Amino acid sequence: MKLADLACGAGEWLRGAGPMHDVVISSRVRLARNLAGVPFLVQCGPEHQNEIEQRLRREILAAGIAREVLYVDIAAASELDRQLLVERHLISRQHSTASHPRGVAISGDETCAIMVNEEDHLRMQVLRSGLDLADAVAGIMRVDDLLEARLDYAFHGKYGYLTACPTNVGTGLRVSVMLHLPALKMTGEIEKAFRAAHDMRLAIRGLFGEGTEAGGDFFQVSNQTTLGKTEEQIVHDFLTEMVPQFIQYERRAREALIKRRGAAVDDKAKRSLALLRAARLINTDETMYLLSLVRLGINVGRLDEVDLKTVNELFLLTQPAHLQKMLNKQLEPDDRAEARARYIRRRLGAD
Amino acid sequence: MKRECDKCGKPATVHLTEIADGNKIEKHLCEDCAASEGITVKTSMPISQLLEDFILQSAGREETSDLRCDVCGLSFAEFRHRGLLGCPNDYEAFAEALDPMLRQAQEGAGQHIGKVPRRAGSDQEKQNAILRLRAQLKQAVAAENYEQAAKLRDRLKEMEQK
Repeated sequence: MKLADLACGAGEWLRGAGPMHDVVISSRVRLARNLAGVPFLVQCGPEHQNEIEQRLRREILAAGIAREVLYVDIAAASELDRQLLVERHLISRQHSTASHPRGVAISGDETCAIMVNEEDHLRMQVLRSGLDLADAVAGIMRVDDLLEARLDYAFHGKYGYLTACPTNVGTGLRVSVMLHLPALKMTGEIEKAFRAAHDMRLAIRGLFGEGTEAGGDFFQVSNQTTLGKTEEQIVHDFLTEMVPQFIQYERRAREALIKRRGAAVDDKAKRSLALLRAARLINTDETMYLLSLVRLGINVGRLDEVDLKTVNELFLLTQPAHLQKMLNKQLEPDDRAEARARYIRRRLGAD
Repeated sequence: MKRECDKCGKPATVHLTEIADGNKIEKHLCEDCAASEGITVKTSMPISQLLEDFILQSAGREETSDLRCDVCGLSFAEFRHRGLLGCPNDYEAFAEALDPMLRQAQEGAGQHIGKVPRRAGSDQEKQNAILRLRAQLKQAVAAENYEQAAKLRDRLKEMEQK
């Protein structure tokens, strides 16, 4: 398995399948873990960080977390490769741009990724398409058990799993879903929906993680409480208090749009598809904006000329690093805009 | 490229492209203006903000700023500055200041009730002993006291294997 192979497909999280996939793009769970008897990463010198990275790399590769595992030494990887991993949600932006010894282990199907030496010694995640948190949690617990059999984790009777940032302490568990909410955005009800979400103990981010804009009407929603609840409770609360409301609001907004402004939805979706099929130069923002409207059109049954899978893939494969990796060359933004437009036309059957 | 908010000049974090009647309209707004225009929602509490808030809350308390971890050497003031702890023992060393902050951030909870590692090697005292040995080893090497360093290294190995 090579890194270059990744750039050609969409990977698990944009498969466009799974429960509730019209609104929920993907489900993600992550655990933060640190080694016992070792300072947290920021307090370690480069030599010690290197030692930790080597050791964890060895243990992860020996733990049998998946049939096939790719380990990428991030400190040695090119900027393009690092960007590719960020676009695929396999590493964080922070992990990509840091300068200390660090890496990531990725399962062959990309459903599992373990960052070594991010903010914590270990940050592991499991991704699933659609709304499938229960399965994702089962997956991450299996990986955690496999690693725990080989490593001593920093653990405290009162505070649980100890993390560098106290906002992760306890279970170290963060559950999140990536939502596509174009109708709520269009009807202007999105703020209301977020406000109404019970108790608001959630964080909202864009498609590519913390600090990114919510381009393409994608919103990542996650829990904030990590201490004082069991893992099962955290998932249960998130699944019953948070997610159904968003799904319901979005679906209601879609129904209302079709009922009251059907022609407007048709117009937006079909115009967007036409623009994508005709464009000769197109940047990432416009691509995301248009794809979002096409996706909405498909999901409300007003557009059947393209399938959901292609649209989902295009969200990812038109990102800068993916485009360059597919074409196997470095491109300046202007050239990228041309290459992106050409690729989109080909995928949408316009050329 | 850093853009300023179209309305108030603060750094823009929300970038919106709308295509209406064939015209592309770009908007660049800061979080506050975007929220007031109804484009985005001010997230209830980004995690970083949450931390910042609870760190600031205790900023005025004189007694907490003197706290220092004897294992990794981090002071509470340094933690407040960078938002990250230095070692597992900081949770003990800073407990009096950290505990109320944690409760505030964690819906009043202060006790872990989730998963527990199956391996017995994770008790706090042993962890701290290893951390202290590591710190001593580092000092011995820095002072070129290699005889002492070798002894410490052996003890560390022994501890880690137990």
